[in-house]
Amino acid sequence: MQFQFATVLVFFALAVGFVGGMLALGSLLRPNNPEPIKLSTYECGEPPTGSAWLNFNIRFYIVALIFLIFEVEIVFMLPVALVFKSWVLQGQGLFAFVEILIFLAILLVGLVYVWAKGDFDWLKKVSAEPDQRDESFKEAA
Amino acid sequence: MSLINSMPEMVVTTKADQFLNWTRKSSVWWMLFGLACCAIEMMQTQGPRADVDRFGTAPRAAPRQSDLMIVAGTLTLKMALRTKILYEQMPEPRYVISMGSCASCGGLFQLAYSVCDGVDKVIPVDVYVPGCPPRPEALTEGILKLQEKMMQEKWLVRPTSETAAA
Repeated sequence: MQFQFATVLVFFALAVGFVGGMLALGSLLRPNNPEPIKLSTYECGEPPTGSAWLNFNIRFYIVALIFLIFEVEIVFMLPVALVFKSWVLQGQGLFAFVEILIFLAILLVGLVYVWAKGDFDWLKKVSAEPDQRDESFKEAA
Repeated sequence: MSLINSMPEMVVTTKADQFLNWTRKSSVWWMLFGLACCAIEMMQTQGPRADVDRFGTAPRAAPRQSDLMIVAGTLTLKMALRTKILYEQMPEPRYVISMGSCASCGGLFQLAYSVCDGVDKVIPVDVYVPGCPPRPEALTEGILKLQEKMMQEKWLVRPTSETAAA
């Protein structure tokens, strides 16, 4: 099996040359007039304020993690609901139903864990006892 | 390094200038800047009956892609600041068409407390299109006038004192 590497090379050289030539020609012909307003972020004419790198509350991360539990449930139960009737007609109905119940139970363990940890409460309870590390930091300072 | 306005006036450079101007005037991308009822006529100008596409124009949504800003409608003082920013964010060469009485001089509302009487108070205007609102034919005529102006531009040739003053 022979490859036409010469053809590929010519094609590559033409492509690089064409793109490079066009960019060089453009840089010679275009006006270059950078200004502070022109370089600023386009916000539909509004004066841009601040940076896009904002701090989000870390508690939203917990919310996103809890969402995963329900998301996985929905994603796997919808197809099962779709084909469940055909399984019932084949006499496999009870088996499939128990299967999906086991699946739900496994995911419920995660839900119970989150509940026990108190992650459903937006305001967390802070323990009254001072943390050992905090004390050592204070001593160092 | 740039070749802009650095060449002596020769047949070659003037022809190259004409070619550059022809390419630029044949693809005028204008920014949608409908502020009031003139915007309806601007949409009609873009629509199938007036069909301003046949002159090489196309509407764009962002200033970064645009060559031309058609200010269509009453310019309030609040919007005037935004207009200035959007005009500054357009890349050169950039042009402005003031469409209708309101954009040109404040029109019916020029004595109102909130209205900027004329977009030329904020940004330089190339073509004024009269009317309240102007018909699509009038705006098309304005774009044709702008294309005539674009054909007079000098890019490679060093501008002489009289063309620089004009």
